[in-house]
Amino acid sequence: MTIATSTENSAGPSAGGAGAAPAGVIHAILRTPVGLACLIYLAIVVVACAIAPWIAPHDPLFQDLHAIGKGPNAAHLLGTDMLGRDVLSRLLYGGAYSLGGVLTAVVVLLIVAVPFGLLAGYAGGRVDRVISRVIDVAMSIPVIIILLAVLTIFNRNMTAAMIVFGLLGSSGLIRVVRGNVLSVREELYIDAARVIGLGPAQIAVRHVLPRTSGAIIVHVSIFAAISLGVQTGLSYLGLGVPPPAPTWGGMVGDAATVIQTNPWLLVPSGGVIAITVLAFGLLGDVVRDATSERAKTATGRTRLARRRGATADQKPAAAVVRDATAALLEGPNSAALLSVRGLTVAFGADDAATTVVENVSFDIFRGECVGLVGESGSGKTVTALSVLGLLKRVGRITGGSVSLEGHEISGLPEREKRRFRGTEIALISQEPMVALDPSFTIGDQLAEVVRSHARMKNKRVSRAAARKRAVELITAVNIPDPEVVAKRYPHQISGGQAQRVAIAAAIAGDPKLLIADEPTTALDVTVQAEILDLLRSLQAKNGIAVLLVTHDWGVVADLCDRALVMYAGQIVETADINRVFQLPLHPYTKALLEASPHLAVEGEPLPAIPGSVPRPKDWPTGCHFAARCRFATEDCLAAPVPLLKVGEERASRCIHTDQLMPEGRLVPEAVR
Amino acid sequence: MNRSPSPEAGSATGTHPLLEIRDLAVEYRMGRKQTRRAVDGVSLTIHEGETLGLVGESGSGKTTIGRAVLGLAPVTEGSICFDGHELGNLGRKERREFSSSLQVVFQDPYSSLDPTKTIGYSLAEPLLSHGSDRADARREASAMLERVGLRAEDGARYPATFSGGQRQRIAIARALMLRPRLVICDEPVSALDLSIQAQVLNLMTDLQKEFGLSYLFIAHDLTVVRHVSDRVAVLNKGQIIEEGTSREVYERPQHPYTRALLAAAPVPDPARQRQRREARHAERALRTAGTKSNAVGDEGRLPERMTLGKAANHS
Amino acid sequence: MTQLILRRLLMSIPLLLVVSLVVFVLGSLVPGDPAQTILGVDATPDAVAALRDKLGLDQPWYAQYFHWLSGVFHGDLGTSLYSGEPVVTTLAERLPVTLSLVSLSTLFCMVVGIGFGMLSAVRGGFLGRVVDTLSLAGLALPNFWVAVVLVTLFAVKLRVFPATGYTPLMTSPFYWIVGLVLPVCALSLAGIATIAKQTRSAVLDVLDRDYVRTFRASGVSEWSVLLKHALRNASIPVASVIGIHAIASLDATVFVENVFVLPGMGSLATQATLDHDLPVIEGVALYFTVIVIVVNLCVDIAYGLLNPKVRTA
Repeated sequence: MTIATSTENSAGPSAGGAGAAPAGVIHAILRTPVGLACLIYLAIVVVACAIAPWIAPHDPLFQDLHAIGKGPNAAHLLGTDMLGRDVLSRLLYGGAYSLGGVLTAVVVLLIVAVPFGLLAGYAGGRVDRVISRVIDVAMSIPVIIILLAVLTIFNRNMTAAMIVFGLLGSSGLIRVVRGNVLSVREELYIDAARVIGLGPAQIAVRHVLPRTSGAIIVHVSIFAAISLGVQTGLSYLGLGVPPPAPTWGGMVGDAATVIQTNPWLLVPSGGVIAITVLAFGLLGDVVRDATSERAKTATGRTRLARRRGATADQKPAAAVVRDATAALLEGPNSAALLSVRGLTVAFGADDAATTVVENVSFDIFRGECVGLVGESGSGKTVTALSVLGLLKRVGRITGGSVSLEGHEISGLPEREKRRFRGTEIALISQEPMVALDPSFTIGDQLAEVVRSHARMKNKRVSRAAARKRAVELITAVNIPDPEVVAKRYPHQISGGQAQRVAIAAAIAGDPKLLIADEPTTALDVTVQAEILDLLRSLQAKNGIAVLLVTHDWGVVADLCDRALVMYAGQIVETADINRVFQLPLHPYTKALLEASPHLAVEGEPLPAIPGSVPRPKDWPTGCHFAARCRFATEDCLAAPVPLLKVGEERASRCIHTDQLMPEGRLVPEAVR
Repeated sequence: MNRSPSPEAGSATGTHPLLEIRDLAVEYRMGRKQTRRAVDGVSLTIHEGETLGLVGESGSGKTTIGRAVLGLAPVTEGSICFDGHELGNLGRKERREFSSSLQVVFQDPYSSLDPTKTIGYSLAEPLLSHGSDRADARREASAMLERVGLRAEDGARYPATFSGGQRQRIAIARALMLRPRLVICDEPVSALDLSIQAQVLNLMTDLQKEFGLSYLFIAHDLTVVRHVSDRVAVLNKGQIIEEGTSREVYERPQHPYTRALLAAAPVPDPARQRQRREARHAERALRTAGTKSNAVGDEGRLPERMTLGKAANHS
Repeated sequence: MTQLILRRLLMSIPLLLVVSLVVFVLGSLVPGDPAQTILGVDATPDAVAALRDKLGLDQPWYAQYFHWLSGVFHGDLGTSLYSGEPVVTTLAERLPVTLSLVSLSTLFCMVVGIGFGMLSAVRGGFLGRVVDTLSLAGLALPNFWVAVVLVTLFAVKLRVFPATGYTPLMTSPFYWIVGLVLPVCALSLAGIATIAKQTRSAVLDVLDRDYVRTFRASGVSEWSVLLKHALRNASIPVASVIGIHAIASLDATVFVENVFVLPGMGSLATQATLDHDLPVIEGVALYFTVIVIVVNLCVDIAYGLLNPKVRTA
């Protein structure tokens, strides 16, 4: 059991997130077995205690001298205490007292905390500062001591004590509500409501309060658990209603005195307190899990976060590799630096796995830059990360091979994978600011990477030498004042510099292949140009091959030699960069290029692609793009479409490529 | 360099200015005593039925200008005139009158809709708050949903069940419920994929014709802005450094910052991109040679108001 | 950083004033006449009046408060109405007991909680479920009940630990620690649970971050990722939970000290409440508040040390 101040923690994690509609919260509780069980238990206990006078089998004060200290039996379901009183009846009557106290505290808490929390969060400014200051003070008040004083003054009146407890506890909830309101207030729909002309009170009640309800319920249920602990604790000390009136805490106290002769009495009294506290606590957990999940789907996605790979949608059917013919060549190409064959990745547990990357094959040769192009949900990032074996826990490779210079690397144990990470293949992430550890300086982080590479090669590098190398690396990525930057923390440098540092970390091990996952998406256009220039010069200077994952055709045109176009988990086209732009041979590539406003004719609508990218669980058996394709025929959906060879070193996953060609001179042939 | 909006543009098409911003400055408080000027002396005009594009990099103040027009950011100096009425620092009650003619579409479709309310409610709310009765509001909401390419039944669903592109359609629908005359579009398509972006841009163009809307189109993507805008203003560090018709600004950029910005944006054409890149490198080499000191600031961004010989003159 | 600490310390002055005032006002509302209580029912009215005069009980409450407050600045917290001893002396005897309990419990919770949390975050599966179950039990079982059960099991049945009593550290470090084993366990269950839970979720959160991927992609060893980066970044939220536990366990000593009959401040407060001994309650409240302030200060300092954003601000 913990005391009032600890409730602050309980609501902390969810405070940043958003809530959900009250109806949604209740729905979420009912959907989980645990939540349902807790609700049912609490309902039964509360009702039973409320109607104790009518359902209790005995008078709680009646002393049956023939049944003293008996265990559970037919007449006394939970036995009798040392004065021969029925334990069950005493629990029922005592519950009304204990739970009544909890109810009092919770009601006071809500009445005080919700309005003040809303006020502090929504009004802001001076009002917020005053309320926050008062809370700071209130949070440090020794609650139990104050309660002891109150009980003395009001002559052991537990109601008064619980009112004060609710009052003192409200500071925690005020903080939670305030925090939630502050984060909800930042949301754009609040601005939209202001633009409509709604007043602050209307916005607070209609749009802000419902979002905080999840956090409030979490906090209240945990506060209820704590107040029950405190209430019974005070009764245990004999500070509540005097004996012989039954209370849950008092019954534990009575049991404690006869611990040696009749330990059974500790079980029902402690048990009912524990289970009730547990029910309140679990209820809070269930609501927190439900609301934080919703918060993720509702608001957690930002502009920058959205470009991550496929979402972990659940699909009941087992992952089947539908396309067996798509291997570019038979087996891995040992002449290539990296050779990927039939790579298939699934998310989720075995029985509910969803394939998000399907039968992807490609080669990367030394020194070349290959663009992996696609929209969100195409599986391009997942493909790139699987090459390094860096999928998050939910994802795993279910088929295919990845080989580096002829050696298979996809099935290697984690220890072995470390041997090529950084030194053979390195990674640059999308969001530079979060790709660096906020707790260590730039120099320390680079030095650590340098030392771990040396360790892999069974070499020792001194701290000073690693530090020196770190500064050299910072210089190599054209950051001015490398010595100064090395001493800085990530939050002290700009996004562009952070991405340069990330590149420095990536080239520290002299890799042969650099996987760059949307390296410039989060950056301004002028900074993007600088980063692309840097990548180009590194490629030229060190002969590094680059796999550039991006959604931006301009970036592809700027840096890449070759493009792999992905759509809904498959590679749909692969070709030399000039030819892709001149004559795209997959309807998706063609449509996507045309949809760019760059090529738009003034005054005419953009040639948009109708519909949207299907989610992995909705992929059809045949062509994944058929539903949005203007060339689609029945044949497209009949069977999986293989990657078809069209001309030299070019392939397209389309059976209608002839329609895309000016004269239809090339006849597609299957890639073996 | 700071070219004032050309009055001819308005008179040529025979319309009067719908929105006129004069010498707008917006300051934000940073900590106790410090303030930061996000917008500094900006003047803009938008005519009826026109789209004005506002481009700039992050921190240029482009979003703040939109927010100031909407009354979401404080006006420190200058005036904002909408249809002849001063909007700067109006009280909420007085502002309400304009809320039906002045609406907004935001960037992030995930945070611009209340997740606890159905789409139908979110669309009907503007009407309800302006005194419509429930049945009317619901009918209009359904009609508007269909207009933006969704089904009327979708009104019963919650935002979480829609994709980003669909949500942006809904946000546009909400903005149009009150039949506004000017819509502030703050990066309305930058969170969307290319194929969806085209759909939404087309929708916005169609709706503009249908409802006679004016747009203040704020974005960082130069090509998108060029496609939708009649006139374009380029913003850097809170100031407008260049303004003109889309064609003028894109084909004959005057200010070196505009030129750097245009040169930095890669085009989806390998051959042309190679030429552009080489030209950019050549110009940069020239610049570093010309100004011995480190003219290129952090991230190679041009220092503010840098002049490049005669390039600053009007053509 | 220094500024932050100074600001914190400055803010704690009004806090101390408010707490003492609240307790004083509440205390002065206590029904009954302390003078009568001290002297017993048989005392003559004259004697009672004389004592009232001596204790300053005839003056209005604010005058009494200022009198008390000026005493505080001279290190005088008044005298106990019940025992007649100076409150400072009484508290000086009691403070080590409570401090021993709270600091040992905090230390114990930190070590066990962070260890469990790390283990279950890395191993997951079975250990994760063990931590879950333990936290449930730790949160659900009221500490006074746990205390009673521990006494029954280990002191009465198995006789491995003493049921009650306290040996000062100076007298015998061995008996000091042996005597505190059961009370500290009773105090720590909830703390271990919350700290383990927080550690686990914080470590899992960090392991999902991009920078962990950056280090893994650079071939940095898993141990370094875990112990250096995950633990370091996870320790920021964990530090605040440890602080919260320290404060919660301070409050909980009121219950636990009563079960184990430990002569600490908690049991003193309970007794003083029953005795209407206002100066003692006032003193305990003051000491408790000071401890809370110190704990919060420690958490702030830890934040500063752990989070460069705070340190470099």
